[in-house]
Amino acid sequence: MTPDLEMALAARDLPSSSLVPKAESSAHALSSTRASLVLWVEEITVSFDGFKALNDLTLTLDRGELRCIIGPNGAGKTTLMDVITGKTRPDHGAVYLENRLFDLTTMSECQIAALGIGRKFQRPTVFGGHTVFENCELALRGKKGAFSNLFSRMSKADRSRIDEVLETVGLSDRRGELAGSLAHGHKQWLEIGMLLAQDPKVLLVDEPVAGMNHAEMERTAQLLKRLAGERTVVVVEHDMEFIRQIARKVTVLHEGSVLAEGPMEKIQNDPRVIEVYLGA
Amino acid sequence: MLARVRQRLLEMHTTRAWAALLSAAALVLVVLPLSNGVMAPNSALHAPDYLVPLLGKFLCFGISALSVDIIWGFAGILSLGHGLFFALGGYAMGMYLMRSIAGEGVYRSVLPDFMVFLDWKSLPWYWRGFDSFPFAMMMALLGPGLLAFVFGYFAFRSKIKGVYFSIVTQALTYAAMLLFFQNSAGFGGNNGLTDFKHILGFPLHAATTRLGLYVVSGVTLLLAYLACRYITTSKFGRVLTAIRDAELKARFCGYESTNYKLFVWTFSAVLCALAGALYVPQVGIINPSEMQPSNSIEMAIWVAVGGRGSLAGAVLGAWLINGGKSWLTAAFPSAWLYVLGALFILVTLFLPKGIAGAWSQLMRKRRP
Repeated sequence: MTPDLEMALAARDLPSSSLVPKAESSAHALSSTRASLVLWVEEITVSFDGFKALNDLTLTLDRGELRCIIGPNGAGKTTLMDVITGKTRPDHGAVYLENRLFDLTTMSECQIAALGIGRKFQRPTVFGGHTVFENCELALRGKKGAFSNLFSRMSKADRSRIDEVLETVGLSDRRGELAGSLAHGHKQWLEIGMLLAQDPKVLLVDEPVAGMNHAEMERTAQLLKRLAGERTVVVVEHDMEFIRQIARKVTVLHEGSVLAEGPMEKIQNDPRVIEVYLGA
Repeated sequence: MLARVRQRLLEMHTTRAWAALLSAAALVLVVLPLSNGVMAPNSALHAPDYLVPLLGKFLCFGISALSVDIIWGFAGILSLGHGLFFALGGYAMGMYLMRSIAGEGVYRSVLPDFMVFLDWKSLPWYWRGFDSFPFAMMMALLGPGLLAFVFGYFAFRSKIKGVYFSIVTQALTYAAMLLFFQNSAGFGGNNGLTDFKHILGFPLHAATTRLGLYVVSGVTLLLAYLACRYITTSKFGRVLTAIRDAELKARFCGYESTNYKLFVWTFSAVLCALAGALYVPQVGIINPSEMQPSNSIEMAIWVAVGGRGSLAGAVLGAWLINGGKSWLTAAFPSAWLYVLGALFILVTLFLPKGIAGAWSQLMRKRRP
């Protein structure tokens, strides 16, 4: 166990014995002892009317990495995101975050979000009836209960945090505009900004550059690269050029399981990947 | 502390809007009562007595319009069952009014007349306690509130949404209407509860009592408006609108949308029940026809015409439509439903955000 994980556990007031891996039998028992891991997806199977969208899928993510997930249509990319965020319940398998105390597959979307997993949707999803600033306010970490929010007030720290976020995504001068009237690219950035405000440990980003022009795409690439490091970023994307821009490690999904994993150059030359995806 | 209250008040309304609100409140709560109660009956400034309960009724409709708007305009949940909550509040008040005339009915019995007529010997258990005004008022709010809570709990948890939710609320109201039509249910069957004589010892037919009820309704409307405004300008309100616009995203932001919807749904039902309880002594009757589908739909039309998502608009819509209804049903009795239908279609086509929406658009054009 590394010192920083021990510290993290002490901060959470949890005994270090809780770190014992739950799925000893897993092929990844070895990797689960590595404290640098932040997310475990273990042997997940999801089927819709007999069709296996995910088939015994196992995947681990390192702390602070920027991972790209690619694969042909129907490979299970979005389903994987749905499982991690609690939108879809798997038939079996488990998903663990950080210290393996919680199996995310038994929790609700809001509980998972509170634990520190943020998600950006395929289509830009912002709260259209609210201003850019209010969108960030809603995304901020903090009290989420119905009763407490009847009386809660925004603190100075919250405000400066939102200012910081808007600065990062370049929307400072649009803070008062309704999110619904933003241009497509700006909506995408606002959504990334909201994820920043949420300050998650793991950020799942679904097709961030769909419908963007070249300049916007480049800016998004910079943004995502900057985000990784402090937190783990997972990007699902179709646009190969964009992936080449940002990818350090790529996971290829095919028919619901991992086909190949590694650096982009290796993946590009993998004959199986070429057959199912790149060559097609 | 004072600075924080001041800041919160300014978040609710601009200074100008506060001034407008308070002037409207003064007009309703001070000017009209003075004009009716103090001015000589032959004076041109005298408000005739028949106007008081009519306007009092409008004030109650204003409250129920608020209750529909806060759930439809701000949470995106269209209820076609608010007539049920309105009627239940009204029935609780009616039960108190019936109990308060025990011994004064046609049969001089301690039981309400309809029970004597049905040859019942004693009061059913659920009528007990209603001779106490505080208990009856508590039940007027608690009963509908509890019903809404239980119904909402299951509906929201099962993720029933949109038109399905609307249909289920309508069906629930219809079922309740059929139940209340039964003589054996113990609520007076299709005649309902009527022949009320006094409330808290004041004779209901006296002009001063009617003025008193009018003022109480006006104060309640003002407080209801402020409560709704407080909710919708709080962070709770912003979360609620966020749930309306993108529920899944709100859940991924960590908000348990079910709790938010359940709270505002229950609040809305209680508010509507309050309106019903104030309505009954002013019109002198409550019967199951208050639960007929058209009543609940009419409430939704008030809000649609006035402006969904605007609290003042909803109240205005209720007043305009009921004003039109009072006038038209007297002048051309058969035309009213056609007019109402046409109005609804026209507003949906040309003023999707209602009168309030058109107004704010106009204001924005004038001051770019």
